[in-house]
Amino acid sequence: MSWPKALSLGALALVFATGASAYDFGRPATQAEIKLWDIDVSPDGTGLPEGRGDVARGRDVYNDNCAACHGDKGQGGFADRLQGGQGSLASDHPVKTVGSFWPYATTLFDYVRRAMPYPEPQSLSDDDTYAVVAYILNMNGIIPANATIDRSTLPSVKMPNRDGFVPDEEFRVIHNSRQK
Amino acid sequence: MSLEAETGGEPAMTHVLSRRNILSAAMGVAGAAVVERASADSLADVPERGPGNPLTATSERSEFVHIARLPESTPGIRHVDPSRAINSKAPLDKLVGTITPADLHYERSHAGVPEIDPAKHRLLVHGMVQKNLVLTMDDILAMPSISRIAFLECTGNGWENWKSAPSDVTVQNTHGLISTNEWTGVPLSFLVDLVGVDPASTWMLAEGGDGSAVARSIPLTDEILSEGILAHGQNGEPLRPAHGFPLRLFLPGFEGNLNIKWLRRLKFGTRPFMTRWETARYTQLQADGSARQFQLHQDVNSVITSPSGMMEIRLGYTRITGLAWSGHGRIVRVEISTDGAKTWRDAVISAPALPKAQTRFQADWVWDGAPTKIVSRSTDEKGNVQPDRASFIAARNTNALFHKKKIDAAGKVRNVLA
Repeated sequence: MSWPKALSLGALALVFATGASAYDFGRPATQAEIKLWDIDVSPDGTGLPEGRGDVARGRDVYNDNCAACHGDKGQGGFADRLQGGQGSLASDHPVKTVGSFWPYATTLFDYVRRAMPYPEPQSLSDDDTYAVVAYILNMNGIIPANATIDRSTLPSVKMPNRDGFVPDEEFRVIHNSRQK
Repeated sequence: MSLEAETGGEPAMTHVLSRRNILSAAMGVAGAAVVERASADSLADVPERGPGNPLTATSERSEFVHIARLPESTPGIRHVDPSRAINSKAPLDKLVGTITPADLHYERSHAGVPEIDPAKHRLLVHGMVQKNLVLTMDDILAMPSISRIAFLECTGNGWENWKSAPSDVTVQNTHGLISTNEWTGVPLSFLVDLVGVDPASTWMLAEGGDGSAVARSIPLTDEILSEGILAHGQNGEPLRPAHGFPLRLFLPGFEGNLNIKWLRRLKFGTRPFMTRWETARYTQLQADGSARQFQLHQDVNSVITSPSGMMEIRLGYTRITGLAWSGHGRIVRVEISTDGAKTWRDAVISAPALPKAQTRFQADWVWDGAPTKIVSRSTDEKGNVQPDRASFIAARNTNALFHKKKIDAAGKVRNVLA
């Protein structure tokens, strides 16, 4: 059923109820182009690419691409502080950083890859993204200085504030009338 | 009243000057006053009629109207170069009715405002669907559309008052991160049916085409499935770039950040994706160090827009007016106190009072000249009542929704905490 035909019949509710065919609008997305845009990374590691990076390489990547805004070693810049603050969240002056607040190391990879460096997002290679993530985790004492991370090890990095979040009751388990 | 007149002790002069100086006071702080009023002492002084200006393709505001948004940075950093601003606040103290003009709708953008050619824009819909689809704007504009008048509010609205109450700010500073528009677009439910979303899918990732690729996980509740819109229009015209042109998600009643602008990807799954904006940001730290997450509904709220911070009022009659709203539904009651929350009376709610839309309220008041505080309190159709500041802080630790105004003996109105 085509939309214009339904409209001419004044059968708006009918169309909404029966749904339109996928062939009426758009075109199928190919797997290759989906891969190009499918950049999100989940806490279980889904979405992490091939590649690897270590802390030493990450220090160079950081100094070349991040330090100008975030400061040396993740603090002192005009952009967000990335380091320190552990143990401060319940104080009068909480310091929320990657090390003190972020619950998932995978989210750091996701965010660096999608949004950083600010003037040229999505310009770092996957290896360099792993490396700078490793460096930021190391500057917070979360992984050792000789660590290398990749798609298999990053999801198992336990962030200090992993258990610090309490989702609202309404959105803990999602129910809707489409479910069988 | 000007400071000179006030200290000069000339009551008659003060009275004559008062109204004009109310406006100049607002102008000095906010950078704009609504209207300059001509001082026509008799009808003979009103300017003669005559031929007007040529008609134009778009109509501009009167040269006598000065009204603008206010670009700002993080809380407490109020005067910034627009290139460093992260939001731009709507002039609530100078707006009338309930609809915000599109160019004055508040803005929060995370990596500037992209200029997107709609011919080159694409929406990818994939994940737990029967058909992974690429849609053009032509496709989307050909789909059935609906329109809905609803508010949009930044989660951080009111942050100027979270920790303290600066006395030198206007309601634009304190509450300017909310606006109401008519939004037009494709029902989310139509797209869900079009691609055949797996009934087992419970979360949807929505991602923008801005430089930071802002992405949020959207819970697929019946409320969101039935009310969500893929919006391409606001107030009868295509979206403005600042508001997501050519396509944005619009979820009535939910925190602004979920309403992804420059929308170019929807991915269906079974769990939240835990993006930076739902972990490191848009979560609320509690006193015990834990953080509340997915506080997605915008709760019942209200604010008096006149008289409000940096205005001045005269002895005698004053009309109190303001705006109330709730992400849970329609506003059914607004109460006003003019004695610092000791006693309350009902304000008049002006039609239309639409669900999940800003609602105008008004009340008459005769000011006796004594210093006081005025405050509003709203209730929505679900029975949610706007909490006072003490209750709110006790429950949530950081926020302050109450916006009380202190009025001194000289009629100067200042922002204070309730």
